[in-house]
Amino acid sequence: MIFNIIRKELKSLFSSPMGWVVLALLQFVFGTFFLIGVDQYFQTMSGAMRPEQRIGITAFVGQSVFGIASFVMLFAVPLLSMRLISEERRQQTLTFLFSAPLSITEVVLGKFLGLVSFLSIVIVFIAAMVSSMNLWTEVDFGYIFSNVLGLWLLVASFSALGIYVSSLTSQPVVAGIITFIALFALLILDHFLAGDPTSTMAYLSLMRHFEPFSRGLLDTKDFAYFILFIITFLTLTIRRLDADRLRG
Amino acid sequence: MSTVTVEASNLTRIYGGREAVSDVSFNLNKGEVLGFLGPNGAGKSTTMKMITGNLAPSAGGVKICGIDMIENPKEAKALIGYLPESPPLYREFTVDEYLAVAARLHGVKGAHVKKAVERAKERCGLTEMSKRLIENLSKGYQQRVGIAQAIIHNPMVVILDEPTVGLDPIQIRDIRALIKELGGEHSVILSTHILPEVEIVCDHVQIIHKGKLVFSGGIDVLKQQRTGNKLLLGLANPPAHEALLAIDGVVAVEAANEGLLRVRFNEGQSPAEAIVQAAVSNGWGLRQINPDQTSLEDVFVQLTYQEAA
Repeated sequence: MIFNIIRKELKSLFSSPMGWVVLALLQFVFGTFFLIGVDQYFQTMSGAMRPEQRIGITAFVGQSVFGIASFVMLFAVPLLSMRLISEERRQQTLTFLFSAPLSITEVVLGKFLGLVSFLSIVIVFIAAMVSSMNLWTEVDFGYIFSNVLGLWLLVASFSALGIYVSSLTSQPVVAGIITFIALFALLILDHFLAGDPTSTMAYLSLMRHFEPFSRGLLDTKDFAYFILFIITFLTLTIRRLDADRLRG
Repeated sequence: MSTVTVEASNLTRIYGGREAVSDVSFNLNKGEVLGFLGPNGAGKSTTMKMITGNLAPSAGGVKICGIDMIENPKEAKALIGYLPESPPLYREFTVDEYLAVAARLHGVKGAHVKKAVERAKERCGLTEMSKRLIENLSKGYQQRVGIAQAIIHNPMVVILDEPTVGLDPIQIRDIRALIKELGGEHSVILSTHILPEVEIVCDHVQIIHKGKLVFSGGIDVLKQQRTGNKLLLGLANPPAHEALLAIDGVVAVEAANEGLLRVRFNEGQSPAEAIVQAAVSNGWGLRQINPDQTSLEDVFVQLTYQEAA
């Protein structure tokens, strides 16, 4: 049943130009950064004489591509997530889902996983692009794996927050803007509190938990943070939609 | 198993202290068409939302074929097809795509989806629209897609909220025929404020006013109320009412519009002949006499008005 909703969500993304355009533009941006990364590697490394100055090509290019990916997703996810529930509310199609033999949990999970699987296509493309360097040189697959996993968790967290904000309003644009601001605030939270490294507030920053992944470090602590973040917002969404049914 | 498909008991819904629906109970049997009548804002849609599990009742409960909507919502919802007031359509899909999604979400198994879609399209006259985007369809066709969506999984109970709104007269006739046909194997609940529609398609009628059920019964009961024991008289030189009351069987005389007189008589004791004779012998100048048919609208107004008084 969840699978049917995922299918419906993907279909609706790809039945309008929206899905294709987003995929193409994202791929264009990441491709450009990949190209620049590879290009700059030779320039930079030819100037780096001493061995300790040299870094591997995976880390050099990966940093550039995954760095920009986490930033671009900040714009892309709110754009995609804003419609999820608010548009259905506006077109009054939520009744369609609620009258079907589905629980609200299934509806929300289906919508969330639908968006995440769409975004996974983007991430798979990035991973394939970076791995393609393996044709000419040896690539550090562990580094790529940890970055991909980190990016995937980050994007899933973005989506979870986006779907929750989308469930609060019937105006997709409002949902998009609020999601963007909320995500942006969460990302740069630790910049504001840079002076106090032990601050609890800074600990909530998404970027702070993404950063170890991007260095190639898998830490269960960060893993748990993302999972909890996702569960929290999905639960809030379910509760919000359930309130619709109860309060009307 | 009994043939009761919908069992609503004491349904009540309170919106911010105001009772939108209060204490509505009814049963519906297999193969029956139930018409829900009521003025705007009477609580028709709210009741339907509660029956379909889109809205939790403040009190009372709903059972679909014996399955409780609150305890087992999934199983109960699987037996219902629902067309809300505004058809829930995904405008970016084609008719085929949309109906396939509807079929799958309602638990039609993969291999049967295509067949179910074909059948629903055929029944709603949508076969030629298969590849069209729903966005580009006219309101009437969109309404049909909405109905197709509600019957695609062959549910026990079909619930249609104002299904003929926005359709042209020919489409209305088609849809009414479809509803009658559906009534054969499914139970149908439909809400409307078009009264003749109820007379044509429904077996049972419920009139709801200010959230309360004011009338519930067979369509024939309503029809009887409609004909009534009344005559409409047109007289050139009307006599005093007493003269008419003296005629055998007449119980009441009142003035009606356009100088006509309305004469009520006892059941099965038509005074028509006596009145004609009296009119001729007394020179009242009879120009018309005919049974007074209250329109369904009047019955409706009477019923809803009585409750208010």
